[in-house]
Amino acid sequence: MSVIKVPEADIAGWTCATCGTELVLAPVELEYLDSLFNVELPRCPSCGFVYIPEGLALGKMHQVEQLLEDK
Amino acid sequence: MEQAELRQWEQQCVQEEVPWCLAACPLHVDAKAFCALMAQQRWDKAWMVLAKTLPVPGILARLCDAPCQEVCVRKDVGGAIEMGRLERFCAENAKPVAPPRRLPSRGKSIAVFGGGLTGLCGAWELARRGFDVTLSCSVVGEGLPALPDGVLDAEVASLEKLGVVIRRSESLPLERLQDCLVDSDAAFIDSASVPEDWTVFLGEPDAMTLGTTQLGVFSSPAGESSAIMQAAAGRRAANSVERFTQGVSMVSGRDHEGPYATRLFTNLASVDVVEPIKTSGPYSEDTARDEAKRCLQCECMECVKGCEYLRHFNYYPKVYVRQVYNNESIVMGTRQANTLINSCMLCGLCETVCPEDFSMADVCLQARQTMVETGKMPQSAHEFALRDMAFADGDRCTLARHAPGESSSEYVFFPGCQLTASDPEGVMAAYGDLRDRLGAVGLMLHCCSAPAAWAGRQALAEASMATLKQQWEDLGCPRIIAACPTCLKTLRQGLPDVEILSHWSILRAVGLPSGAMSVPCPLAVNDPCAARYDPLLREDVRAVLDRMRVEMVEPAYNGELAQCCGYGGLVSEANPDLGLAVADVRAKGADEDFVTYCIMCRDMIAKTGKRAMHVYDLLYPRQDDPAARPSPGYSARRENRVRLKEQLLRDVWGQDETHTVEPYESIEFDVTDAVARSMEDRRILKSDIQKVLLQARESGTRLVNRETGYFLASFRPVVMTYWVEYEERAAGLLVHRVWCHRMKIQGAQP
Repeated sequence: MSVIKVPEADIAGWTCATCGTELVLAPVELEYLDSLFNVELPRCPSCGFVYIPEGLALGKMHQVEQLLEDK
Repeated sequence: MEQAELRQWEQQCVQEEVPWCLAACPLHVDAKAFCALMAQQRWDKAWMVLAKTLPVPGILARLCDAPCQEVCVRKDVGGAIEMGRLERFCAENAKPVAPPRRLPSRGKSIAVFGGGLTGLCGAWELARRGFDVTLSCSVVGEGLPALPDGVLDAEVASLEKLGVVIRRSESLPLERLQDCLVDSDAAFIDSASVPEDWTVFLGEPDAMTLGTTQLGVFSSPAGESSAIMQAAAGRRAANSVERFTQGVSMVSGRDHEGPYATRLFTNLASVDVVEPIKTSGPYSEDTARDEAKRCLQCECMECVKGCEYLRHFNYYPKVYVRQVYNNESIVMGTRQANTLINSCMLCGLCETVCPEDFSMADVCLQARQTMVETGKMPQSAHEFALRDMAFADGDRCTLARHAPGESSSEYVFFPGCQLTASDPEGVMAAYGDLRDRLGAVGLMLHCCSAPAAWAGRQALAEASMATLKQQWEDLGCPRIIAACPTCLKTLRQGLPDVEILSHWSILRAVGLPSGAMSVPCPLAVNDPCAARYDPLLREDVRAVLDRMRVEMVEPAYNGELAQCCGYGGLVSEANPDLGLAVADVRAKGADEDFVTYCIMCRDMIAKTGKRAMHVYDLLYPRQDDPAARPSPGYSARRENRVRLKEQLLRDVWGQDETHTVEPYESIEFDVTDAVARSMEDRRILKSDIQKVLLQARESGTRLVNRETGYFLASFRPVVMTYWVEYEERAAGLLVHRVWCHRMKIQGAQP
């Protein structure tokens, strides 16, 4: 599966508070209604905590959710 | 939905039925389109409408006797549109158009006899369909009244351009007819323009086919004086010739060939009387335009006029029902009509105003039930409402008790889960008043199951109804007093054998509670859509308001025509923007402050910024300006229900039973105004935020922003992942942003 890159997912000053590590863009698996997407998202390289920005959640991600619900 | 059901629904919607003028015209001229163009002074375009349908249009438009005027819907509101005069104006003033393009030759030769209007029209109709036509006549244009110079010649030239071979000055002995049967594939006789022995020989033609005693010879009926009917005979003959030469049925499917009746309904209730333009001579450009403007542009759209939902999707039920049917038929691919199906308020207004009783509610509810059964209902559509219903039906909110000190109940008060959510104090006061004056009145706090039914979840609705029925039986089957119109309707459907009264009928019988107040200014009485079929309920409420000396005005679309407030059918959940638009339309129904007996109407109208109060605000006054009370948010609604139960147990039954506090409930935080709005828009509860904050505190998993120092945490308690951006201040936590999504992050993310 190819990795989807989303321009909205910039790192925008966030670091992992737990590990004190800068976030890096890395492939992350998202799942909804039995569909899996491999998306490049900001993630803590140490603990793996993934950041989903508001614009992405309410924008493209929401559109995909609706599309899957209507399939 | 089966295809037969689709057909039945489609048949029920009359919006696509043709206008009366078009149906009554023997040639079916689109007079509505013609008038629309004439009203815009687009004479040339209007002429094209006529020329598309009329044979020899230059002649016929000048001679048309306009039978459409007899059925014109405008005739009862001023007088029929003067279609004949408009046609003549157009014929005189528009740019002539070339005759229609002839279809490829069929290789069939047809003999037409007689050069009167019928013969010319028959030749025109046959030639344009690709027949090789020879028109034999003694005089071209025989019997026609005087026409302006050049008109007849121009149309004859058009006929020749269409390929008609005209043999003028022909004598027509009967042998010619017999000869032609050998040389031609069929013949058409203009009976008004041939010798009498021909018509005697052929006999009276069949009314439908115009067929005569001679096979393949068609003839116009004798004695027809109407020009448009003469032209129609030409077209009917052309249709028959076409069928005859193709060897297909001469009779099937010809019902709509001549004038026929239509079912199109056009409401005249709000149409002003406007009389035809009066002028003795020909129309000027202005008078022609003004006369055409009187055309009502007939259509039905009765349901769409009063329903923001039906208007929102740009069409009308006939189109929608097909979209719903197609939606259900899709096996692979995107179902396009899910939003349409889930946006109906299920309020029944369309059925009430429809001349044919079309119910979009029935179509949509059935579709929702099927979607649920087949697992195709989008999860996001009703999930929040169903979670809220589950909460209202949960232990922290439900109650079923006899009045304190009583071991039986003559009545049980059923306020409904939305009234308890929005106005717990009002419910407390109402229950106290009922006990004071009726004695043994028990109390039931439960959802009536309407949200599940609206969401198409029949099994869930039945289970909820079964539980409340059991609780009611355990109370000894008392009479139910319901305050909410939706509860009344739903309980009466679910418990048909139970005596269910409205709180308003009780108050009408026993009188007002002490302390009931009035207001000095008139109020608009809002009937909720649930009271549409309950005139007694509407009357009881008005009687109660009347006793309070409330001066009442009726908003637009009230009573049995009540518009929904935007909550019904869960539209505000499945389509929040539309829900608000619907509420806005309802709120604009009156200038005065609203008073309503449905708390969801109160809250939805209040959400639009319009002042609205519930009748309880007047019966059991608790604040100075109840119409200014904002609609409580989703979190407050839940807390109100919980607090009401606790307060009732404590104050009424003397039990101090506080529920077990969940760990997340101890998390305190403030929100910015923007977050408060986001929480409502995104259906994020205070408890959802508390769960995220607790999870972050316990796990330490969170992000921090280098610039602002704010933290960001996420948590997925069940089906949604919530994100909370917050600041740790000395005074406590302040939440700056919240959002959520349904997608799950695979891996260890909590």
